[in-house]
This record gives sequence, structure tokens and C-alpha cells, in this order.
Amino acid sequence: MIYEGKQKVWSDYQKDIPDDHYFYVRSCIRQSFFPASEVTFLDITRNRLGKDIFETEHHTTCGGIAYHSDTIPQETVMTIIARQFALMAKNGYENYVCSCITSFGLYCETMETWREFPEEEARIKDILWKTCKLDFAKPKYLIHASDLVYKYRNLIAAQAKHKLINVKTGKPLKVVEHIGCHYSKMFPSKGVGGAEYPYVLVGMIEAWGGEIVDYPERRHCCGFGFRQYFIKGNRGYSLSNTYKKFESMEPFHPDLIITNCPGCPYFMDRWQYVIAESTGRTYGEEGHGIPVLTYEEVAGLVMGYDPWDLGLQTHQIDSEPLLDKMGIEYDPAQKYAGKNGKDIGSPICPTCLK
Amino acid sequence: MKNNVLIIGGGPAGIEASAQLQRLGYNVILIEKGSSLGGHLSKWDRLFPDGVHADGVLSSMLKNMSGVKSFTDTQVKSINRLDKSYNVILSNGISVLADAVLLASGFTLFRAEKKEEYGYGIYDHVITNADLEAYFSIGSDSRIDKPKKIGFVHCVGSRDEKAGCRACSKVCCATAVKQACEMKEEFPDAEVYCFYMDLRMFGRHYEDLYLKAQKEYGVRFIRGRVAEVSENADGSLQVKAEDTFSSKPLKVTLDLLVLMAGMRPSDAGRRVGDLLGMSVEEDGFFAVRDSVTSNQRSPLPGVFLAGTATGPKTLPETIADARGASMEIDRYLTDVFPQASDYKKLIREKW
Repeated sequence: MIYEGKQKVWSDYQKDIPDDHYFYVRSCIRQSFFPASEVTFLDITRNRLGKDIFETEHHTTCGGIAYHSDTIPQETVMTIIARQFALMAKNGYENYVCSCITSFGLYCETMETWREFPEEEARIKDILWKTCKLDFAKPKYLIHASDLVYKYRNLIAAQAKHKLINVKTGKPLKVVEHIGCHYSKMFPSKGVGGAEYPYVLVGMIEAWGGEIVDYPERRHCCGFGFRQYFIKGNRGYSLSNTYKKFESMEPFHPDLIITNCPGCPYFMDRWQYVIAESTGRTYGEEGHGIPVLTYEEVAGLVMGYDPWDLGLQTHQIDSEPLLDKMGIEYDPAQKYAGKNGKDIGSPICPTCLK
Repeated sequence: MKNNVLIIGGGPAGIEASAQLQRLGYNVILIEKGSSLGGHLSKWDRLFPDGVHADGVLSSMLKNMSGVKSFTDTQVKSINRLDKSYNVILSNGISVLADAVLLASGFTLFRAEKKEEYGYGIYDHVITNADLEAYFSIGSDSRIDKPKKIGFVHCVGSRDEKAGCRACSKVCCATAVKQACEMKEEFPDAEVYCFYMDLRMFGRHYEDLYLKAQKEYGVRFIRGRVAEVSENADGSLQVKAEDTFSSKPLKVTLDLLVLMAGMRPSDAGRRVGDLLGMSVEEDGFFAVRDSVTSNQRSPLPGVFLAGTATGPKTLPETIADARGASMEIDRYLTDVFPQASDYKKLIREKW
């Protein structure tokens, strides 16, 4: 592997990311899958780094899941998005940052559609006015939340309590990065580092002390793929995608997988359990799985947040081996203690997966 | 006084045209931006379809250049149209009053790293056709280490709208088949695959070469494009492609992947073209006056074109094109400068 070659590609795909003042929109499914990630993002950016990140309870879904499941037409999606943009403008912001990769892809697609077909933009403007009495302005900058954490990666590193380094060996942790397909595969120029060798997560890993693992099926879909999972009969296909990725990365012995998409961490986390239970195959050390974390969770660990406050207990794969490697202290007794110490129950242990 | 002809570009087209025009009696000045003459030919080892050595071909071409004033490491600094001629100032400080200008600026190989998914410049064992020719010439390349499985990817930067190169580069198919055979000669136990869209073996004996590659060398031809390349833990390459005959995706592990980089317009040629205000066609190569009957004449008076300045060509086509351009220049100079007939007659009498 020629690192300088990758650097050349990365230098070709940089994007302008304003330093401050963002209108933030959450993801529908991330709040269920990884409930602390978005809260952590807001806490880090607002309270640790002092940035102005505004959100409103009036924003809605982007409609992406329905759109990609062919249950709503593009006009509906564009009108929903226009409404989000109207809320941004109404609150005095020009920079739009979204938590979800599906949303990011859909915003990019909508903006490109309007650029190519201005009459469509005019039509949606009209529909939005008729339905909501709102007018919208397109964002000056459209950013994914991982772009922003990438932008702040060195600020986060400067406040680091822990690094992506094995405290026992002193060696960098081996980290697999996985971007959501809709981050830059549709519009390579919209993602940091492009589509083939994306840099957005690599930049974080490098800044926080880890070592990137480039494995053959790095580009492959995580297995979510909307119809692969939503349609029950296709779920074997979803699982086989994930299986293919883990078989490919296993020879590199990664310590951690970091992702920037709602579906990817979920499926790469949960399907490890299914693979283990159905085949007995595990991919981590000594029968464990490989922890799959969101970039906010990793940033939180680096900055010294309590792992259970980050919601790592909601993952299928135990994060304790990773925490031990990073030298992070944690209270096992608090793992399944909810807010105010409430017992949220603990999962039944799998048969094969530790 | 003899008429001056300035030839810009010291590759095969420029060399051949300079030799022809010198023999016709003109005062020929050839400039080359590089430090030696020969262009891409000087970097090639053997030529299809017969495997003749490129250095032998180049040597024999250079021998015919007697009397031509050639300047290497030299470029056009400025060029201005006068009444019938062009006033050209060269980067070496020399001024030339050229009665005719021949642009034989050649081509640039497509930058294979632009096809990011193939990993040239990123994966250790991905090389280009030019790299492989250099290996054949020099005999060593750290990226080529007794490969047991070798792949050739046709049409890298040609017939590819996504890469901005719609045109066929013409020579890549035959080059790939030639190089595949050569690799089998070098590594007889290696399995060699060619990933192609369709094979354009249009020239004389090219089809024979293709059949020989299959029957004698056992090269396997797979009709389908390579989708992406990755690197395994041991440094070998994982190549994903489609076999369109069986309508199935395939994944193969290779030790070496050779990208057949296509021909793109020369950057240096474009620079001179801009100085002259010459137009280019959609493919980026120079426009000609008439694509059927005046392929070597530019729309500008007294400015001619030869070789791959007007699009991809094989070496025999380039040489033939240079000879055609020489005839066009001769006709032009004889028409525009009637005194040219006088000194040309004297030269003929000497023969």
C-alpha cells in the first residue's frame, strides 16, 4: 500500500466546512439504534468546543427510508426537505448539518436535482407555500455531522483523555472505517476524500492515534441496503453482505470498526451475533466480536465520556475489550443501569458470542 | 533561399516528417521538449504484431534525419502569423521564420490514477502498460515479483465517458495481447487474464496475434469490465469484474494488474495550439480541415498536423500520416512560394 497515493486522492476531494453556526437535524433511526450518539455530538460541539449548533423540535424525518423503499414519490421527499430548509432559514442559519447519511445523500440528490432542473425547485417552492405557508432558502453549506467532527478532529485530540492506542502494548489500535454508501458513493465530490478512499473517518482515526485497516471488501455495503433488509425475504442477502465484509477484514485483526451511517453500525453489530449463533464464527479476540461504534461514540471515548453514558451497552458486541485496550475505566455494575440508576434489564447471553 | 519548415515534436511523426521534408529539399527545424528524440517509442520495448524491437525501429528512423536541425529541451515560447509565414521564438533563444509549421505533438498517456477504483499509485502491484514496457526494457521492477496470476485491464481511460474519454485509443487491445504473450514467455507458469469490452484487433496480423495468445500462450480472455481492485493482507490484489458471457460477477486474486492506459491529447501540444489559437474537437485532439480528404491540414494556413496530435494511431499509421503531412506541406509550399520549385528541381537533378 502506497500511503502517498491515497494522500493524493484525499487532496483531490476536500470540501469547505464552515467552522461554526449550524442548523442541526437528527436522524430517525439513529435515535433508536444509538440513542446517545446525537446527544454526544451536541454536547461535544456545544459544550466542549463552544460551537453554535442549533436544533428545533419542529424538524421532521427527511423521508429517506420511505423514498428508498419506493413508498413515497420524489416530489414528497423534496417538499419535506424544502420544509427543513425553510426552518433553517427561519431561524437565521445558512449552514445545514445532518446526522443521517441517508438524509445527507437525499439532500445532495435534491440539491443536484434543483440545480439541473430549476423548474422543479420552483414547483416545490410553490407546493411548500401552498401546503405550509413557508418559503425556503437552500443552505449555503450542506454538511454531514461526521464532516464536522472531522473538521474538529484536532480540537478533540487536544482534549483527549484517551487515544486509540493499546495501553498495554503502546501500539495504535487497528481500526476499520466504514462510510455509509450515501455519504459519497452517489456524489464523490460531496464527501471528504471522495468515494473510493474516503478520508472523513480516516482523518479522525489518524488524529486520535489509531491505525487504519484497508481490507479488500472495504467498499462493500454493510448489508443494510434498505430493500435487502426491509423485505423479509431479502434478509439473507443482507446477512451475506455483512458476512462477506467480516470474512474479508478478519485476517487484519481489527480492534474496532468506526462508521458514520445509521444502518451500518447497527447491521455490522447485530449480524455478528447472527453469524456467531448460526455458524459459530466470531471475528474478535477469544470469541468476542469486533466492536462497531459511531464516530460520536469514538469521539466520546477519546474525550473521556463514561462508556455507559455513550450508550455502548446498547450494542450487541461487548465494548469492554476495546475499553480495556484504551485504558478506559468503567463500572461493570452500571452497564445496564438506566437514567438515575434505573435497572433497564440485561440481555440474555448468546451461545457462541462472548 | 530554401523555405523553413518548423516541426514541433520529436516523436515518430516528427522524425518521419522531418526526414521526408529534408529529402524534398526544405530547410527543416525540429524541436522537442524532452531531452532526446523518439517520444513514447523510445520508452517502448517491442512492437505489435511481430514483436520487433522498438529501439531498432527508432534507430533506423533517426538515421534518415541527416541534415535536419533538431533541438531538444526546446519549446515554443511565442508564435505569430506574418503575411505568409510564422515568426517563432524558441525557448533556447533562437527565432525561426517558418513558412510552414507541422504540429507533431503526439499524445500523453491517460493518468491511470484517475481511475481511482483500480488503485494505480496506491496498491503496490498495479502498474500500467508503459511501466511494463519499461520493465521489459530494463529487466527489473520492484512491483513485478514472479507473479503467478496476472491481469490486463483494457480500455483504461478510453471508451470511458465517466473518465471523460469517449474515444477508442486503438492501440491498447493489440498492446495488451502482445504484453500478455510476453508475460507468458517471461513467466510460463503464470495464469494471464485479459479483461476487455470487445477486442479491436483491426490491423494486419493482429487477429493472428489474438489467436496465438489463446492457442499457444493460453491467455484467458474475459469479456467484462473490472469494477474495483483491492489489496489483500499478503499484498496480492482482489479484482472484481463481470463476465458478460456467463452474466456473472467474478472475483479473482492476482499478483499483478496491468492497466492499459489510453491516449490523451498532449499537454505540450495543447499549449502550442493555444498560442496559435487552434481549435480542438470534443475528444480534445486537434481539429483538422476535413476528416476525410485533409486530415493533415489544420484550419490555419501553413499549419499542419501529423500523428497522434489528431487522435490515437498505431505506429504504422503515425508514420504514414507523417508522410501524408509531408506531401501536404510540399504542395502548400510549392503553391504559396513558387521559388521552391527551383531549388527542388536542382536537388532532383543532383539525384
